Amino acid sequence: MLDVSIYGNYETAWCPGCGNFRILPAVKKALAESNLAPHQVTFISGIGQAAKAPHYLNANLFNGLHGRSLPVATGARLANHTQPVIVESGDGCSYGEGGNHFLAAIRRNVDLTMLVHNNQVYGLTKGQASPTSDEGFVTKAQPHGVFAMPFNPLAVAVALQANFVARAFAGLEDHLVAMIKQALAHPGFALVDILQPCVSFNKVNTFGWYKNRCYVLPDSYDPTDWPTAMVTAHEWGDRIPLGVIYKNNRLPFEAHFACLQEMPLVRQPVSKAKFQELLAHFQ
Amino acid sequence: MGRQDVTLLIGGEAGQGLVTIAMILTKALVRSGYYIVVTQSYQSRIRGGHNTFAIRISPQEIIASRAAVDLLVALNAETIHLHQAEMSPENLILVDERFAPGHDHVLKVPFQEFASDRTVNVAYLGVLTQLLGLNDAVVFQALEDYFGAKKPEVTAANREVFAKAIQWADDQHLPDTVRLAPALSSQPRLMLNGNEAIALGAISAGLKFCAFYPMTPSTSIPLTLQAAADTMGLVVEQAEDEIAAINMAIGASYAGVPAMVATSGGGFALMVEGVSLAGMTETPVFIVVAQRPGPATGLPTRTEQGDLEFVLHAGHGEFPRAIFAPGTVEECFHLSRQALFLAEKYQTPIFLLTDQFLADSYRAVVPFDIDALDAVRVGSDPAAVPTPYRRYAFTESGVSPRLLPGLSEHLVICDSDEHTPDGHITEDLTVRQQMVDKRLRKEAGLRAEVIPPAYVGHVSPDLLLVTWGSNRGAVLEAAALLKAQGKKVAALCFSQVWPLVPGHFLDHLQSAREVVMVEGNALGQLARLIRRETGFYIPRHIRRYDGLPITPEYILEALASGAGAVR
Repeated sequence: MLDVSIYGNYETAWCPGCGNFRILPAVKKALAESNLAPHQVTFISGIGQAAKAPHYLNANLFNGLHGRSLPVATGARLANHTQPVIVESGDGCSYGEGGNHFLAAIRRNVDLTMLVHNNQVYGLTKGQASPTSDEGFVTKAQPHGVFAMPFNPLAVAVALQANFVARAFAGLEDHLVAMIKQALAHPGFALVDILQPCVSFNKVNTFGWYKNRCYVLPDSYDPTDWPTAMVTAHEWGDRIPLGVIYKNNRLPFEAHFACLQEMPLVRQPVSKAKFQELLAHFQ
Repeated sequence: MGRQDVTLLIGGEAGQGLVTIAMILTKALVRSGYYIVVTQSYQSRIRGGHNTFAIRISPQEIIASRAAVDLLVALNAETIHLHQAEMSPENLILVDERFAPGHDHVLKVPFQEFASDRTVNVAYLGVLTQLLGLNDAVVFQALEDYFGAKKPEVTAANREVFAKAIQWADDQHLPDTVRLAPALSSQPRLMLNGNEAIALGAISAGLKFCAFYPMTPSTSIPLTLQAAADTMGLVVEQAEDEIAAINMAIGASYAGVPAMVATSGGGFALMVEGVSLAGMTETPVFIVVAQRPGPATGLPTRTEQGDLEFVLHAGHGEFPRAIFAPGTVEECFHLSRQALFLAEKYQTPIFLLTDQFLADSYRAVVPFDIDALDAVRVGSDPAAVPTPYRRYAFTESGVSPRLLPGLSEHLVICDSDEHTPDGHITEDLTVRQQMVDKRLRKEAGLRAEVIPPAYVGHVSPDLLLVTWGSNRGAVLEAAALLKAQGKKVAALCFSQVWPLVPGHFLDHLQSAREVVMVEGNALGQLARLIRRETGFYIPRHIRRYDGLPITPEYILEALASGAGAVR
């Protein structure tokens, strides 16, 4: 286990009391307990308050466009599949703007860990509905309440039989650390949806609201039982389950490539002899 | 004796085997030592419609296609009807006797006497072998190679049909209207189209990653890469959309491998935010835009040069770029390499603009000197950077040492937000201005490496034809034909259209009595860009935007009729 201080301590741009302040130390702790030194991990993030999180710790980082962290992460991982890659962003970036990439990433099953700070609201742009806002949630942009049904990221991930699907809560740090560590250790695509209060723009789904509803799935829960996982993923309202909801063991995407078996692409030389052979096919 | 220059056009419905006949014949011609220029025209459908595959053939080097057809191979009656007007004076039409139209030069072949529907392509090849005067063993070998390993009985059946077709042709004492003069060269050559050459050039430069979403006419680039992926060590991924494709390429490049995308106008429109991301994060990426007529879905399978201004301005904000526009298949290969080298050196998006005509145009290409083809060296030496490492350290050239994440203990931090030299998000407005200046300083380096346009012909001509990209062959040939008529003529051909360096060409524009711009678009986009950059106004234009490529005849007719002249 590494010393958590190696990930540093930085001033942030978040509002006082933001749920992100609970998630950031949990991420550092999970890295330390997973023995991943700063240079041994690459974060890919999008845009939003959550996507700033990797700026506030020591690690490699590519902070890209809104919604596009998964394809960047896919390319980075395929270029060097010996380097752990963590995708970190919010619900709007991950499930709204990046929705198509979310579906494709689960289907590909590239070995990535996706951490989604899910506060059910757009924070950076000051309080519009997000894809996970509950029906009836009132904002300046949705003055009559949200009409659309919320996107259920866990149910979608379970429906697509993602390799690892978990939910955590920013207010339950040890459990959150455990979920991130398990996601990092699990091969293939791993999603950790992290419920997080937004103190500035979500006056409904507050810290207390989540605290009163969240419960940790018991040890007897079998995350490899897909029908049960589908039911569990749909549980929302008075009781909200936390924990590993579904686990699968499909071969990670990168394991299918013959050319990646010996070493990562980034270390492979270009063979002039093989190129000569290739050209001969065109004679 | 024989003909020095024959244009053969095979026409028929999609699904009739037209491309099979054409590809085998083209391969046999290249192996026999002929020069070729292929023009493919097809409809956006898998079956039916009317498609053509034209091959201009010569023992001498040729650089352009010709509009006039000497040998028409009509796989249906409609082909004769559609192309009769294009026939040259010395021509021949080859047709299955079942279509039997009344025409003076028609050679009617009773294909059903010696071939089944499955082997009729082989029979066509047999007759064409005799008409053109090719070596039957070379053609049959090309046929065997095209179909790959087949069951012995299939090979035997093909051989029998091929022999019967040749025998039939011999018995008929065929006219020698289109018999080719013997080829002069026995040097082995490659049969490559523009897209294959782009793919091969990229591989030779060390390309390791390509993401794409299928879009005509770009798709054969990733498909060529995919066919080589296992042996050369490439990952070629079909993305969920073009937005994902360019972001994947940027991710792969950030992690340390040369990466590219290939698309056409509509797909590129989706990539545009990613172009800006590459500019801001200073991530090398090679982007091929294979043009087809727009707007929107346009004419999906035809050609145009309508996206120069789009590619030049694509991406919000200001950052440097370079745009190549190859004029030949060889240039497709070398400029694809150059694009990857520049992308890595200047850490910015580099473009290659091609079009459907060049993408699908096969040529006979002298094999490349492989010893001279070095690969891009990715990233800087981690031992040579000052500590702490700063991804966006300010430098005189604007280029900062680029390390790769995970390959050293240095942290590599990139940001799409405006950022400090260490890569972290900032709203310090002084740093903002310094960073804009740093990124734009890279343009001086790009400018110093611009490939000047090729100038061919009289030093102070009466007529200067100016063009870019795939029109190069047509313009050079038109200029040569005018010179043969005694005209003082020259041609100026751009194979890099950005940055423009006026010192490379302004004298030429000013030294000509008349300058005529030849472009495959309706607005004269390069002419407008030249005016913007130099103030030089080109008053006369020859433009084409009907979806077909510009040919030497098109240019000569336009000049003769006064088209595009100042009114």
